[in-house]
Amino acid sequence: MTNSISEVVDADVILVCGSNTTETHPVIGAQIRQAVNRGAKLIVADPREIPLAEEAEVFLPIRPGTNVALLNGMMNVIINEGLLDKEYVENRTEGFDELWEIVKEYTADKVGMICGIDPEDLKKAARLYATAERAPIFYAMGITQHTTGTAGVMSTANLALLCGKVGKYGCGVNPLRGQNNVQGACDMGCLPGDYTGYQKVANPEARAKFEAFWGVPLPSKPGLTITEILSGAETGDIRCLYIMGENPMVSDANLHHVEQALRRCELLIVQDIFLTETAELADVVLPAACYAEKEGTFTNTERRVQRIRAAVDAPGESREDWIILSEIMSRLGYENSFTSPREILEEIAQITPSYGGFSYDRLEKEQPQWPCPSPEHPGTPILHTAKFSRGERAIFKPSPYMPAAEQPDEHYPFILTTGRILYQYHTRTMTGKSDDINRIAGRSFVEIHPTDAAKKGIAQGDQVKVASRRGEVIVEARVTERVSEGVIFMPFHFAEAPANRLTNNVVDPISKIPEYKVCSAQVQAL
Amino acid sequence: MLNLVVDGQPVQVEKGSTILQACEKMGIEVPTLCYLKHLAPEGACRICAVEVQGVKNLQFACAALCSEGMEVTTMNERIAGFRRIVIELLLANHDADCFSCPAVGSCELYKLAMDYGIEKSRFKRTKKPRPKDETSEFFNYDPAKCILCRRCVRTCNEIQSNRTLSLRDRGVRTSVSLPFGKVFKDSSCVSCGNCVSACPTGALTTKASKHYRSWELTRTRTTCPYCGVGCQMDLLVKEGKVVGVEPADGPANPGILCVKGKFAYRFIGHPDRLKTPLIRKDGVLSPASWDQALDYVAEGIKRIKEESGPQAIAGFASARATNEDNYVFMKMMRAAIGTNNVDHCARL
Repeated sequence: MTNSISEVVDADVILVCGSNTTETHPVIGAQIRQAVNRGAKLIVADPREIPLAEEAEVFLPIRPGTNVALLNGMMNVIINEGLLDKEYVENRTEGFDELWEIVKEYTADKVGMICGIDPEDLKKAARLYATAERAPIFYAMGITQHTTGTAGVMSTANLALLCGKVGKYGCGVNPLRGQNNVQGACDMGCLPGDYTGYQKVANPEARAKFEAFWGVPLPSKPGLTITEILSGAETGDIRCLYIMGENPMVSDANLHHVEQALRRCELLIVQDIFLTETAELADVVLPAACYAEKEGTFTNTERRVQRIRAAVDAPGESREDWIILSEIMSRLGYENSFTSPREILEEIAQITPSYGGFSYDRLEKEQPQWPCPSPEHPGTPILHTAKFSRGERAIFKPSPYMPAAEQPDEHYPFILTTGRILYQYHTRTMTGKSDDINRIAGRSFVEIHPTDAAKKGIAQGDQVKVASRRGEVIVEARVTERVSEGVIFMPFHFAEAPANRLTNNVVDPISKIPEYKVCSAQVQAL
Repeated sequence: MLNLVVDGQPVQVEKGSTILQACEKMGIEVPTLCYLKHLAPEGACRICAVEVQGVKNLQFACAALCSEGMEVTTMNERIAGFRRIVIELLLANHDADCFSCPAVGSCELYKLAMDYGIEKSRFKRTKKPRPKDETSEFFNYDPAKCILCRRCVRTCNEIQSNRTLSLRDRGVRTSVSLPFGKVFKDSSCVSCGNCVSACPTGALTTKASKHYRSWELTRTRTTCPYCGVGCQMDLLVKEGKVVGVEPADGPANPGILCVKGKFAYRFIGHPDRLKTPLIRKDGVLSPASWDQALDYVAEGIKRIKEESGPQAIAGFASARATNEDNYVFMKMMRAAIGTNNVDHCARL
């Protein structure tokens, strides 16, 4: 997030696009609703009538996969009606002409057709957003999990820049990170092209710094992404895969492909707290301590570093991840000198400018947001207030709308989109262990519009077969107007009827994110 | 800034501060029941009564604003007598079966009664309580313990903004209720449990709280392990087991949690947790010692690295693990193995 969570309650207009916030980030969802209580106007763009849509001033039920057209359309209206922040665009951005060159094609009427929405609603949303003093954009995987995910992210930034809403209180571009420490895992350099704090592997200076600090030569070529690693495993190029605390056998797109890849691995090492679906395929399973049994830090979606603390003992012989990893490193001939997580954060702070100001002593008293380069630095609640990462000016990166990789056809006439539900979390490794939770939301389902259900002879609660080009699952039908005609929705949590057996593993060419949010499917009554 | 005098001591507060905030600043304790930090002042329970010089009636510290030159007294015979009556009136309609109450030890009404030396109310019961609602999977509602402070109602409406709870009827018939007289299970309730965390008595209690008393618990402040909001919370531990979670007041969470943070903690000590390393032997994952497992891993990595180079090895770090764990993972892949093939599910 460019801004802080607590700012949302002071917003005038809030644009939520591709985030079912009250279910996936409920405590932010509650604060968005607090803002609405205080008079903020809400714009919701989502293929489903999510709970927030009920209180929206404008609800845009867009066809899955049309975010870029929607955002271009909003910018078209804003420029045509002169609602852009001319001073901001003039002084703090470049590339406006290139932006206009692309978004001029996206008239409200045309976008209405592409997205399946009323052009007047689009105009209303554009005007509301552009003319508000404080207007944050919130998005999540509804923007990113597309073959055009990068273009979607860039387009949200274009829109905010065009209206001068980056670097100001109560505004910003605010991706909601899905996992407790996905921000931190990125910050820590668990990315194929980045060391900690986004210092680039391809930058010889950064590499030399890490080589000197760690005392070993380091590879200069950026590595492979998850999706490329799995493909490499399938072809035999990747022979050993070490998986710590992930469950790709439920969470990744096109599970059949994932299973083949993992089975081909000669040495599959899984380190986790439960025997997950992925661990069941492993050659070695290493038992880890969970968050309640260890010391450490998580970095939240607003870049805030906060402590976790041991409350209970880890069960059996399970050990903290860093201890297991240090043992293996030592056997591989590399000695870590760490004796505690406190010391690991000290090393992180030494080598990572944006984390330079963090220490366990300081985190007892305050929990600043990075960049926080020194112990005296107060942290950064709002990014880009005076300048941008690339310099004085931000650059518009416009994209034309490109349809999703799979489009409905005669055999697969529905668009399947996937997501989370309030009561379950990810692959249910953790939430699935609570009986009370499971009694409320223990089984998978597919949402289908009443008109489509009637055509197919499907009634509420029927077992139905949902199939895509990659596989099929049997789930319970929920007949509901939350989805539009031609669109069906499934949560991806449930290993027994995994939505990801159906999803398409085609990826965005830049971010390599799979297109979880759109694939073609068919539904049949059983 | 405003200058005022509380219990003979001068204090300076910002304009718009309540008397309660001035007292907090000075470390003077004024009892409260209906007050909660993130809720709008209510002035409903009247327990925070204080005297303001020149004002005939007692003022309620949680709602009354400070003014320049104000002189406040927080305790004298008149105030203590008034507070005793308030407590006795609340107790008259409060089932005082403290022996079997899950809130024993943490009940704010009980503490006030003790502080003011009240063992029994001199007033008669005036209300017939509505039936209990035990339909939620996670918590129970016992109207006979409810003191109508509206902390639950206001938390549901103002903070969680779910608008499920409200008050119905008037006078002695007033009660907390759900729309159309529904029970929790059939209502729009999202099971966040924030009403339960807000309740000062045993009216709203988690189902799990039957199994512990507050004095048996240790509390550990930590960060929620679910989504990326980073809510601060306390793990409640009894005899080495996590038995509950309470919201803390964190930068990202104003004293609230969601159903997962508040209630989905049973995985922590779950019997299915992995307790020993496992190595696949003859197709079956079998228990092994740490030395066996770590040697197996290290030798396998070394062999593959020798045969095919470090590029044949890859690792998925974890968006669930700590910064420290992920840093060491990344360092292992790059410095000890020699590959940049390290990624995690940020894309997924």
